[in-house]
Amino acid sequence: MLNLLTISGLAVKLARREVSAREATQACLDQIARVDGKIHAFLSFNAADALAQADAADKEISSGVQKPLLGIPIAIKDVLAVKNQPLNCASKILGNYISPYDATAIEKLKTAGAIIFGRLNMDEFAMGSSTENSAFGLTRNPWDVSRIPGGSSGGSAAAVAADECFASLGTDTGGSIRQPAALCGCVGLKPTYGRISRYGLVAFASSLDQIGPFTKDVRDSATLLGVMSGVDKRDSTSVPEPVPDYVAALDGNIKGLKLGLPKEYMVGGLDPEIKVAVDAAVKQYEKLGAEIVEISLPHTDYAVAVYYIIATAEASANLARFDGIRYGARIDGNDPIELYSKTRGAGFGAEVKRRIILGTYVLSSGYYDAYYLRAQKVRTLIRNDFLKAFETVDAIVTPTTPTAAFKAGEKSGDPLQMYLSDIFTISCNLAGICGVSIPCGFTKSPKLPIGLQLLGKPFGEETLLKLAHAYEQATSWHKEKSCALNGLWSKFPQK
Amino acid sequence: MAAAEINIKYVAHLARIELTPEEEIKLGAQLGNILGYIEKLRELDVTGVEPTAHAVPMVNITRADEVRESLSHEDALRNAPRSANGLFIVPKIVE
Repeated sequence: MLNLLTISGLAVKLARREVSAREATQACLDQIARVDGKIHAFLSFNAADALAQADAADKEISSGVQKPLLGIPIAIKDVLAVKNQPLNCASKILGNYISPYDATAIEKLKTAGAIIFGRLNMDEFAMGSSTENSAFGLTRNPWDVSRIPGGSSGGSAAAVAADECFASLGTDTGGSIRQPAALCGCVGLKPTYGRISRYGLVAFASSLDQIGPFTKDVRDSATLLGVMSGVDKRDSTSVPEPVPDYVAALDGNIKGLKLGLPKEYMVGGLDPEIKVAVDAAVKQYEKLGAEIVEISLPHTDYAVAVYYIIATAEASANLARFDGIRYGARIDGNDPIELYSKTRGAGFGAEVKRRIILGTYVLSSGYYDAYYLRAQKVRTLIRNDFLKAFETVDAIVTPTTPTAAFKAGEKSGDPLQMYLSDIFTISCNLAGICGVSIPCGFTKSPKLPIGLQLLGKPFGEETLLKLAHAYEQATSWHKEKSCALNGLWSKFPQK
Repeated sequence: MAAAEINIKYVAHLARIELTPEEEIKLGAQLGNILGYIEKLRELDVTGVEPTAHAVPMVNITRADEVRESLSHEDALRNAPRSANGLFIVPKIVE
């Protein structure tokens, strides 16, 4: 069961030649064959290509080459371009699209020696919180297959939680890494806006999107962040901040660090079991030497409304490129306008249409000031709340989600209820700060993971990961395995 | 500007998305509901507040205007739904 290892665990075994990259890759492929018929984290994968990459890595290892991710299999959300692999954004509109180039994040992983395999399921164009909006079927939560894995990066979270890969990439526009990581019980990091180049990422909301890793522990998250970070000439929104050694920051010493507890996050629809787990995590931080300070983020209640104006407005512009002319599916018309409308009407799913139309409306003549401009001003107030809080605290601690994983179908008929499930994660993107979700306990019956969210200053990932790591080392939540690995799978018919 | 005022047919046309009559009815109700929720932003006084377009304020990032490698003609056309003679084929635009 090599696939149960973390990246750092596998790297040690590879370096000692105890195992080969081919064996590690085969272990992932075997696990996919065992469990993915029921979980459906992967939209597609090319086993022969993955094994060929593994053999190339093994050759390098045997000739003494050292690279941070040499021989480590990593799977990718279906929104990032990997040269010569399909890219669909879990949408019908992209047809049989094959990426002609690598995203910068992918190029950096490849340079570091990683084996890039598989396309992971997601909500169509990253719009959703449950992965139910995929045009290619749902992904199931490995802890309870009647439940959703979260979204939009649901496949990325489920694949890591079910040990189908050693790590995965996702994207986070309003919580799409942290929320599924919480619901599936893995570590999900949304870096600061501008930390990782987005060249080769299909844009949803350009002022909010960030790429980030899903991993089995915090150390692996720090490793991947270090590999992928840095300014890129091909993405003018990437920021020329130096890239520190994130792994070296994980020294366990958090004595004297100040953690803010926002009073606005511990009320309302918060599930009592989540509150108990988060309260206990806060106590654990006190025990580890951190100082807990109550803070206020007074505009929290407006974040969802601001988000659904700004994100949909940006999406309506970004998704204009899917018009059936240069790539993807096409439905013919008598003139270009008819071709566009028919192609987009048939190619986009319900949630994508809903958001494009909402975004078009809030930007349309006569409504721009009332909706879009006002939302941008409230965004300033939300950002200022965080910057003010960070004058007195080093990081902020909150629940990642108000409830554990919900049942498939429970919220899919009511878009607004689905939007409100992102209430704790959305502000982070609006403010452009960094955030991470780490496992902090389980609900009792059924046993479902609970996530603790830490929010850090812009480009404060070192402190953020140091805090996450210190908690992780003092607890064992992250070591618990989903039912996919406890022999329960014999109950289910395999694909 | 009550939420109910949204003219779905018109906005869908602006967005170049063809909707079925059923979709128009369903989307209209859902968007009305969402816009009703969004109305809560009116509670706030935003007088004198500057809008935030990007969380990391950076402006005028430029690069040298130099010839660089780009996608080959073949690669650029590889995913085209219809192409011929090295061109994308589209419906007739000009008579």
